[in-house]
Amino acid sequence: MPPTDEILVHARGLTKRFDEFTAVNAVDFDVRTAEAFGFLGPNGAGKTSTMRMIACSSPVTEGELTVIGMDPRTQAAQIKARLGVVPQADNLDAELTVEENLLMYARYFDIPMSVARPRAAELLEFMQLTERAGDQVEPLSGGMKRRLTIARALINDPELIILDEPTTGLDPQARHLLWERLYRLKQRGATLIITTHYMDEAEQLCDRLVVMDKAAIVAAGTPRELIEKYATKEVLELRIPDAVRGSLDGRFNGRLDGLAERVEELPDRFLLYADDGEKALEGVHGREIPIDSALVRRATLEDVFLRLTGRSLVE
Amino acid sequence: MAVIAGSRPGPASVASGLAGAIAGAARILQRNLLVYRRTWRGSLFGSFLTPLLYLTAMGIGLSQLMARGGSDLLGGVPYLDFLGPGILASSCMQTASFESTYPIMGKISWRKNYEAILATPIEVHHLLVGELSWIAFRLTTMATVFMIVLTLFGIPRSPLALLAIPAAVLTGLAFSAPIIAFAATRHNDSGFAALFRFIINPLFLFSGTFFPVSQLPDAVEWVAAATPLYHGVVLVRGSVLDKMPSTWPLHVAYLVAFIAVTGYIAYRLLRRRLVK
Repeated sequence: MPPTDEILVHARGLTKRFDEFTAVNAVDFDVRTAEAFGFLGPNGAGKTSTMRMIACSSPVTEGELTVIGMDPRTQAAQIKARLGVVPQADNLDAELTVEENLLMYARYFDIPMSVARPRAAELLEFMQLTERAGDQVEPLSGGMKRRLTIARALINDPELIILDEPTTGLDPQARHLLWERLYRLKQRGATLIITTHYMDEAEQLCDRLVVMDKAAIVAAGTPRELIEKYATKEVLELRIPDAVRGSLDGRFNGRLDGLAERVEELPDRFLLYADDGEKALEGVHGREIPIDSALVRRATLEDVFLRLTGRSLVE
Repeated sequence: MAVIAGSRPGPASVASGLAGAIAGAARILQRNLLVYRRTWRGSLFGSFLTPLLYLTAMGIGLSQLMARGGSDLLGGVPYLDFLGPGILASSCMQTASFESTYPIMGKISWRKNYEAILATPIEVHHLLVGELSWIAFRLTTMATVFMIVLTLFGIPRSPLALLAIPAAVLTGLAFSAPIIAFAATRHNDSGFAALFRFIINPLFLFSGTFFPVSQLPDAVEWVAAATPLYHGVVLVRGSVLDKMPSTWPLHVAYLVAFIAVTGYIAYRLLRRRLVK
């Protein structure tokens, strides 16, 4: 199901303050029905606080917020009945079995057991946990616990699924399985809101995203739009011998002029932004700049983030 | 042109008002019963063993040293009969206190059960009422087993002794509510050891379980009389020995008011902790 024009979550000037600290500072965004919407940003950018306000777990300090056409201030329980929430850290019920976790959670939503049982079985199947249905939660692997947490969030057949860093701490295989499952959920018409500090995750999953930094939204668009707007097509990564590096300024004392649109200096390498990376590399060789190694790659959201904030996403 | 989604009727019903509050609290109780299903045997055995050990060791051993046939200070009953109901009330205090410390702390911060539950339509007051209902259930089973043991020792005087069960439950809840409030403010469990060492154990020793508080110096007697355990012991002992003082409504009122006030404080503190 392709994203529609209907706006499921609408925020204007949305603000969250804890005493003197402003976690989210007057952000505006719209999430459309049936799209996967991402919040990208480093730890502490305000992603989780924004999620928690949408999930009606955290009161809005200021601004306008509508979730599924309702107001979290007055209709929190009604909104929550139609949300699926996957928190950053798994908070499964360690005293219950895998299946009981789903059944009990269904009861919190007041779903009758006769409906909850077949739905739990179906979700365990979907998340490849059927064989562990009767097991305790604790011995499960990180990936399995994550899948169970997501299965639990789906028990009420939610219209909107909120996932806070769904794959943080998982190994690559577990991540890919999760991405595939989340993609299938989206195919079925669910609306997803995802926070992440992995740009590959954002590129994989998100139709549109906003980049957050220091409590504010600094850019918004599709992954492609953002890359086109804030980065070049390609990036040349150069590693320079330490001995040479010390004597260079940000643009190699002018020796890179004309080779790249922009140069970023990182602790361990230089990033040269150019639409043709190979050509830039030829130029570097031509000017006899000493390098340890060079790599040409496509620009990613990481580059967008670096451009916007001057910092790397994962620190 | 994008339109903002309007309010639509939901798939899951959300009951409101009193019915919703009861249903919400019932879910929390149901969750704890689901866990209890696996542990009830050990738990009931413990409820059976505690009075048996106390009454055997202290009652039979100690009462030999005391005047047989009871003393005036004990209200004219043998020491074993004096002790039994006292131990019932204070055991309920101890169980209720324990259930309100580590398990609640765990659900707030270690395992974050409450965070998971509050993402559903369940609200903070459902959590609190549900947990108190669960503790009341635990205390009821415990007090019932206790009464059976007391009966084996021939202590209850009349069927009126059954009233000791609700009295003991009320006593326990008067500790649960304030201790849940305390747990809601804690970020680690170091306060709990102090709570048991400096409050619960001294109360156990000085609130009329082992000897009448009238034996205490006046100042201490007043302190003892201000604690819920003292009132609980009076009610439980009065029921079991069929010697209910005419002031019983005051004792009941004290316990109910104590639970209501500290329960409300617990609600406020839990809310402050869980909804940020």
